[in-house]
Amino acid sequence: MRGKYIIVGSSHAALEAAAAIRLIDAEGALAVLTRDERLPYSPTVLPYVVSGRSRPDDVVLRDAAYFRDNAIAFVPNATVASLNPAQSALRLASGETWHYDRLLIASGAAPALPPVAGLADVPFHVLRTMADAVKLRRAIAAAKSAIVLGAGLIGMHAAENMAKAKVAVTIIELQAHALPAYFEPEAAAIIEGVFARNGVRMLMGQTLQSVARRGDGCVATLADGTTIAADLLLVCAGVKPNIGFLDGSGIAVDRGILVDDLMRTSVANIWAAGDVAQARGFWGGKVVNGILPNAVEQGRIAGLGMAADASVKPFAGAVPLNTYSFFGQQAISVGRTGDGLDIEQSRGDGGYRRIALEDGRLVGIATINDFVDAGIMWQLIRRRTDLSAVRSQFIADPKRTGRQLMSQLWR
Amino acid sequence: MTACAQAKAQSDDLAYSRIRILPNGSGVELALCRQCADPICVMNCPAGALTKNAASGVIDWADDKCVGCLLCTAGCAYAGIVYESAVGHVSKCDMCAGDPACVKACPREALELRSARIFNAYADKEDLFCRGLAACHGCNSELLIRHTMRMVGPDAVVAAPPGCIPGMGTVGYNGQTGAKVPIFHSLLTNTATMLAGVKTQYNRVGRDVTAIALAGDGGAADAGFQSLSGAAERNDPILFICVDNEGYMNTGMQSSGVTPYGSWTSTTPVGGEMAGKRTEAKNLPLIMTMHNCSYVATASTAYLEDYYDKLEKAIQVAKTGMAYLHVYAPCPTGWRFPSAMTTHVCRMQVRTNFIALWEYDPSNGLRFTHPVERPEPVANYLNLIGKYRHLSDEQVSHIQRTVDDKIAYLRQLAAMAATRQGAAAH
Repeated sequence: MRGKYIIVGSSHAALEAAAAIRLIDAEGALAVLTRDERLPYSPTVLPYVVSGRSRPDDVVLRDAAYFRDNAIAFVPNATVASLNPAQSALRLASGETWHYDRLLIASGAAPALPPVAGLADVPFHVLRTMADAVKLRRAIAAAKSAIVLGAGLIGMHAAENMAKAKVAVTIIELQAHALPAYFEPEAAAIIEGVFARNGVRMLMGQTLQSVARRGDGCVATLADGTTIAADLLLVCAGVKPNIGFLDGSGIAVDRGILVDDLMRTSVANIWAAGDVAQARGFWGGKVVNGILPNAVEQGRIAGLGMAADASVKPFAGAVPLNTYSFFGQQAISVGRTGDGLDIEQSRGDGGYRRIALEDGRLVGIATINDFVDAGIMWQLIRRRTDLSAVRSQFIADPKRTGRQLMSQLWR
Repeated sequence: MTACAQAKAQSDDLAYSRIRILPNGSGVELALCRQCADPICVMNCPAGALTKNAASGVIDWADDKCVGCLLCTAGCAYAGIVYESAVGHVSKCDMCAGDPACVKACPREALELRSARIFNAYADKEDLFCRGLAACHGCNSELLIRHTMRMVGPDAVVAAPPGCIPGMGTVGYNGQTGAKVPIFHSLLTNTATMLAGVKTQYNRVGRDVTAIALAGDGGAADAGFQSLSGAAERNDPILFICVDNEGYMNTGMQSSGVTPYGSWTSTTPVGGEMAGKRTEAKNLPLIMTMHNCSYVATASTAYLEDYYDKLEKAIQVAKTGMAYLHVYAPCPTGWRFPSAMTTHVCRMQVRTNFIALWEYDPSNGLRFTHPVERPEPVANYLNLIGKYRHLSDEQVSHIQRTVDDKIAYLRQLAAMAATRQGAAAH
């Protein structure tokens, strides 16, 4: 099989790349290969499938008609086994070979399994694919108790679903507080408190030493000797980019596939974008920034580059961003809000707000139950907008001040 | 905002309003969904709850699919889709199915509904100019002529006297034409009469074509004026479009008869002796109303709906009599402003009343098509443009006075026309 453009993966980065290619080149043969058996969906929506908020067939991002109308070959059940750039060839697990002129790797990430003794011998769940979600939903319905390993976004979200389903759930997190990638300890404490009030047992800063099978479930032993038995174990200890099939291809990888600001890999005619890519961080270095808006932006850049569009603009660098709803409450974080910055923090009316500035410019904001437009904050950070003149207004009312600033800046 | 909250939630709580008004210096800005063509909110939605409706252009939000993740808000630079705790989910403007409550509620017509009607109606029609015309960066003349010929259609013959429009390649290079309809490069002096003659010949052989001139202001107001005036006097069945960039811009930015007072040009320099053009511009479209044309109108490319309405009438009129359209073409190269600002400059011409949008026909008289009751100071327009950079306060005041006088005169004409129509109705 052959395609002028071949895209490996079918989530946000892949789909935006395909759309960008079709914007420029309406006809060049374009194929989207995915190891999944379904039409495209977003890993981000899976916790909502677990909760029952979304039905698996309702979260399709592009339907068959879209692929037909845009002359895109959508190829499910296509797991790439290896890549041979010298021959511009992809070999699939089925034995089939695809040749490309230009290739995008948007193969995403897979759950990372922590080195916990006995994990291989107990039944456990992960949550990255629709099949995982459907299976987990069924298991929650049958379970009375559960352990969630990891208090990241997926783990917290899944634990909330379990608590709402009257499952006694314990979250075990290695780091000192929940959502360490997005929130400072004080904000995390507010979120943890909400979980605790809703019956979730929060074991932060705890190391899971081993797990062992007990009946259909498991029993977990922490480093301090505590044991917890549960019907269901969900492992959400982060993800790792899907780069195994690149072994021997010569493509430079670190934690993910290393790309330049146009999403080009170290090998000619091969691009990478989304959760699998390791690209410029806004504050330096190369980072794997596994968030959806990042995948959208990188996918578009890669697609325009693959179609040789002259207007393609280089990636300005990844900014962490997270919008998180939990038990009907909202937490938003954009950028970095850690120590060592010019921090303004406030708390009132149940809301929490932490604003981080550097040289009079916004570098991060985190709020709980205090809505700010994440898109506007993201713009202010990326544009390095000088807030010196409006600092006090911004601190007092970032939502309104941000909107006023952007209403002028976007022109 | 109250009208929106009422329409969307039967509430006076402004949290329900999907249009948010932001005081901003002297004016106001809007936090409102722009119904983007490349909507990042849609791209960011993991649940397929946001879709760009290809028919209406509106970004639709599906309540039953939304999971409340707020990632859409992360994609929007305009605060066009936001979360309010009182509402309990994200909300955005849905254009009230094409009849927005806010527009109806606005007493000062500050809000108006713009749609993709023109695009939907004309996008599939053939572009009758070739690709790769070499207009300057940011020139609206190319936009204008491509739009115009899409509506005029292929049964047309085009006259293009020397000026920017032939200069950008419409009449061709090296024996190849730049248009897909017959086009000829008339002289500056004979465009209207030559076109009328060509039209007569087409009539004689029984072919119904639109005879259209795409001329600059030099080819219309100065060297081209005697033939234009003659054709208008005879009411020859042609459509004459003057694309007014206020001077001879493709030959080195010399002044013309319609160059406004105070403008820097290469023949009205700024120095010890002169401070730009000393004389006033003549008002060519108004002069044309004093001829026997069947239809005269002014237009701006910042108000394309208005232009399309007028062009449609002009095409009909030109089957039997003369239609004259005067369209303004701010010139980034010759007037010295950034090429990305052309449409804004066009809009500011209208908002300051520097130009007025109106139409005229002999039986109904003059009528404003986009009256500006509370114009911005003309300085807001002049400040955008390099050719006015040298102006003294006195010169700016002088220009403001002429703008006020000109609009007062047009208002008198419009009032006369209204009175006449009122009388005719009795």
